[in-house]
Amino acid sequence: MAAPLGSLGALRAALDSGATSSARLIDASLERARAAAPLGAFVALREDLSRREAREADRRRERGALRSLLDGIPIAVKDNLVRAGEPTGCASRILQGYVSPYTSTVLERLEAAGAIVVGRTNMDEFAMGSSTEHSLHGPTRNPWDPNRTPGGSSGGSAAAVAAGIVPAALGSDTGGSVRQPAACCGVVGVKPTYGRVSRWGLVAFASSLDQVGVFARSAADAARVLECIAGHDPRDSTSIPEPAPRLLAAQDGDVAGLVIGLPRECFDPKGLEPGVERAVREAVGELERAGAKLRDVSLPHSEYGVAAYYLIATAEASSNLARYDGVRYGHRASGARDLGEMYRRTRSEGFGAEVKRRIVLGTYVLSAGYYDAYYRKAQQVRTLLRRDFEAAFRGCDVIATPTVPEVAFRLGERSEDPLRMYLSDVYTVSANLAGLPGVSLPCGFSQGLPVGLQLLAPPLEEARLLRVADAYQRRTEHHLARPPELR
Amino acid sequence: MSAITREEVERVVALARLSLDEDELSRMARELDAVLGYVATLGRLETRDVPPTAHVVPLPTPLRPDEPEPPMDAALAVANAPESEGSAFVVPKVIGAEEEG
Repeated sequence: MAAPLGSLGALRAALDSGATSSARLIDASLERARAAAPLGAFVALREDLSRREAREADRRRERGALRSLLDGIPIAVKDNLVRAGEPTGCASRILQGYVSPYTSTVLERLEAAGAIVVGRTNMDEFAMGSSTEHSLHGPTRNPWDPNRTPGGSSGGSAAAVAAGIVPAALGSDTGGSVRQPAACCGVVGVKPTYGRVSRWGLVAFASSLDQVGVFARSAADAARVLECIAGHDPRDSTSIPEPAPRLLAAQDGDVAGLVIGLPRECFDPKGLEPGVERAVREAVGELERAGAKLRDVSLPHSEYGVAAYYLIATAEASSNLARYDGVRYGHRASGARDLGEMYRRTRSEGFGAEVKRRIVLGTYVLSAGYYDAYYRKAQQVRTLLRRDFEAAFRGCDVIATPTVPEVAFRLGERSEDPLRMYLSDVYTVSANLAGLPGVSLPCGFSQGLPVGLQLLAPPLEEARLLRVADAYQRRTEHHLARPPELR
Repeated sequence: MSAITREEVERVVALARLSLDEDELSRMARELDAVLGYVATLGRLETRDVPPTAHVVPLPTPLRPDEPEPPMDAALAVANAPESEGSAFVVPKVIGAEEEG
């Protein structure tokens, strides 16, 4: 098998010194992707297109006309970001054959920076799931143990980075879909502040929660990619009118005097795997040795986060997914006698079981007579959660928790028990409900599988968040560990 | 006691423009019942004076100058349609053999 690709920083240095070329990097990435096909990380590779783009990047480099730090670097993107003239499928039968007429803002920015997309990665259908098992293309496997899930819903992107196929990848995070698979696969996963990265061209799941995020092997690499895709976009009316933050320059390794809040509710031993707790406590201990101060804080409503999240996310999803009706794009059932039958049969054939379950739940909580009891109630609890964070951040600079209460679970173990699957999002959903930036960092192992440390910061404080993450990685080597069978 | 009846599930499935067979309906009713039982824990919280959060970013609706821009090409707009005619989407007849729910 082709050797794993190095970090983004290392690839940049190798390109700049002439030790390699973009064409060779893309070949290596594609070769490794094909060799790692049993992982199921990709739904499609852009073989010819990426090779052509690599030759163009090499010509730019020879002319001294580099577009950015990312010029000529291979990356992967989740199958829910559109690009003009190319397919996007959201791992769903209902979007089979769809070719986008326009390009998402994030891919436009990556392209303008010269980054080269080698392929589209597998996901839970419409980003609904925590295991990347609910996919038209079959499951993605965890590079650390092929009998386990990579987490989800951006499991393909997480696995592609963990397996050294690409140094970075894009995903989307609605309730933890970047941070949770990052934790399960032992890579870095960043979810920016809601509104920091444009959602234009990201296929909508739950519009008040969705945010594009970044996978990489280090906080420094994640900063390079996030700087490129962040910043105001007038085409997304929820985009925050601020320029992209300077993230890399802020990474000075200094955390002296920084106060890290530890929410006592997130360390409740009930449901928290002891090995996960041990690794996370050790990680915050390392930051303390680097000069940070630890302080107990409280998020009294966090235990209600999952319930509020599943009501709000499914309500928004039922509305967003009404557009898949067999009229303008995607699958259409054949032989229907009238429009109503065509809608019902198209949607029943086109959506998988988990998507149907969430559409029905969302339709129910928005329906007459139930709106106040469920949807409005969940939005009020969302306010309480936001106030919890506002109060907590008055006493600390960042908050640290486990990303997931346990290590990656086995394939098939939860797919028959949706509620149990939903509960694996207990530490991640709050950041989406409150709109906060968060990152998951590899912080060791439990049962031989990666554990994630989650850091959260106040809105728009990505620079602080990734400065702390980078400071941790300067002192530790957990992010350098490779899956054994791929080493 | 169930949080949701089989009849309610059938009604919501019809509202969502889905059709499920008997087995799928039974399974959906069982799973929704479990999820609704879980979310009922929100009822423990007193929220009478709490304003709902629909959106976390307190931004006014941004407005742009009302200047026409070239629209998407019609041929491109219908290129993904399962059935189209010129620049129009073709659908089965709207008044059907059965009443719409």
